[in-house]
Amino acid sequence: MMALSENDTHGLGGERITHLAPNEPDVSHGTILYLEDVTLSFDGFKALNKLNLTLDNGELRCIIGPNGAGKSTLMDVITGRRRPQEGRVFFGQNIDLLKRPEHEIASGMVGRKFQRPTVFEALTIGENIELTLTGSRSPWRMLRARSTALEQARIDDVLTTIGLNQLRHRPAGVLSHGQKQWLEIGMLLAQNPRILLVDEPVAGMTGEEVARTAELLVSLAGSRTVVVVEHDMAFVRKIAKKVTVLHQGSVLAEGSLSAVQANPKVIEVYLGETPCSN
Amino acid sequence: MLLKKLLNHDRGGALVLLAIVLMLIWVSIGNLIIPETSAWHVPTYTVALLGKFLTYALLAVSIDLIWGYAGILSLGHGAFFALGGYGMGMYLMRQIGDRGQYGNPDLPDFMVFLNWHALPWYWQGFEHFWFAALMILLVPGLLAGLFGWLAFRSKVSGVYFAIITQALTYALMLAFFRNEMGFGGNNGLTDFKEILGFSITDNGTRVGLFVASGIALILGYLIARMVVQSRFGRVLVAIRDAEPRARATGYPVAQYKLVVFVISAMLAAVAGALYVPQVGIINPGEFSPLSSIEAVAWVATGGRGSLFGPIIGAFAVNYSKTELTTIAPDLWPFFLGGLFILVTVFLPKGLISLFARFKAKNEPALLPDPLPDAPKVDAQKSKPEASV
Repeated sequence: MMALSENDTHGLGGERITHLAPNEPDVSHGTILYLEDVTLSFDGFKALNKLNLTLDNGELRCIIGPNGAGKSTLMDVITGRRRPQEGRVFFGQNIDLLKRPEHEIASGMVGRKFQRPTVFEALTIGENIELTLTGSRSPWRMLRARSTALEQARIDDVLTTIGLNQLRHRPAGVLSHGQKQWLEIGMLLAQNPRILLVDEPVAGMTGEEVARTAELLVSLAGSRTVVVVEHDMAFVRKIAKKVTVLHQGSVLAEGSLSAVQANPKVIEVYLGETPCSN
Repeated sequence: MLLKKLLNHDRGGALVLLAIVLMLIWVSIGNLIIPETSAWHVPTYTVALLGKFLTYALLAVSIDLIWGYAGILSLGHGAFFALGGYGMGMYLMRQIGDRGQYGNPDLPDFMVFLNWHALPWYWQGFEHFWFAALMILLVPGLLAGLFGWLAFRSKVSGVYFAIITQALTYALMLAFFRNEMGFGGNNGLTDFKEILGFSITDNGTRVGLFVASGIALILGYLIARMVVQSRFGRVLVAIRDAEPRARATGYPVAQYKLVVFVISAMLAAVAGALYVPQVGIINPGEFSPLSSIEAVAWVATGGRGSLFGPIIGAFAVNYSKTELTTIAPDLWPFFLGGLFILVTVFLPKGLISLFARFKAKNEPALLPDPLPDAPKVDAQKSKPEASV
């Protein structure tokens, strides 16, 4: 795990302070992601409405909100899957994400775990990780690519982190729901993105698995920025330092979990029921 | 070495290739060496028929490469097959020279008939075999590249892609039916005399073409195998099974689909080019949407996603077709429809799953491994990245 984050940051050494690599964000002011007045509407319905959001480098942020609040659309915008009609989206201070194609954002910038676990079921677990390791994504290179010892070591690292090393040569299709969730998180780790977007990571997991996943996500923050969208309030309480509440495509409240819970606007949105009563 | 690597974990493929090699040897000897009076003689009719099946099998492999591994269902692959065929047809037309009905040394008969006075620009160069061979690969490849670029760039996939490929082959059929196109219109290209200086009706030439088709099939199979065994091939499978994940992982999905689509179109074109001298004619009927659908049926029957299954499928379906159309030609469409239903319902993985079943009876089933522990999270925190 440790090796993972180091492997991809070496090479430029001290120079990187002055010379940033092409896709290297400038986080000198502590901000990794900056969204300003982002609006995206589908046939007049504003899924995102002048949304503003700032993520600090290395933080772990939870995003909650009722259904239709725009959580998934927000993720689509950050990953470049959908383009907003208005607004600005910056990665660090220097990279305009709205100008980058989806696959470029996905390699090294933002990794996303989908709501339903999506892994490559016909491939083995090791191959799943192998395909997601950082490196060239060009078809021509892939036709000639050979597995290297370095890659195998990194696959080992990731599989150990997510606890699936013993199943390395089995097809991913045989995994349980919870294991697929982990495999998908492992695939994100292999991609080594600066921001991890994790959509409902504990849906369908047992209590034990939920606890492990919480530990895993908390341990990842710091070296990366982790954004968790989750309905499970007990889980949010377990991991979150800062919570953002979305409502009707905008940020309704932001702050510590207890502050957000006490916010009268938040209580109203959840129709009187305290979102975090547990 | 390379062969061994390519056929590693591919016992079915190795067996099918072995069968093809044996068939090539047996048919060649049976036709050329064993005298006609012997019961072991293989008639020239059979040579031509099997040669045709070999080119169909190569078409099936090309379809399986995109459908079985990248999940791209093309119902218009006959178009690339036919284009390859026309490329070869043009070369063969130019070889006729002044032996045509009208005896014009420069113009094929149909052009004389249309009162054309000079060879159109796009016919130039086809008198050279190397040029024709190049065009047979290039033209279908470029068309597939353009078509695929437009379709995959706009994320057209699944049934929508299948429908527009039908439209593509239908449009080409209508275009090639027109006399003004300069490809012989309705009648197509026929009355071929020679290929590479050998008389096309000669027994030796026929066996030569048959063997060439067999070699093309084997090479095509190995190329397809090389593609699917590479990491590129694993990305294709990843795209097939979870395209959003592949995109989110940073793979330029459209480029991958485009590359494999072009490779597949070129394989289909080679098949078409070898098909034409063996059947002696190419006409716009080859572009008919129905032939493309039939080719997909061979793949489904044999077993999608195995590469060798479609070879078996192409032979099995076309052999039945030959037999059945001699006994009861009207029944063929019903047979084909029925076969498609039976395979989909009872053998969704095609004929090759019969072998797998047989194998499963003889070998003990693999027991699932014990499930692993929950993930172990390192207690110490990851080191923050050294950036800035």
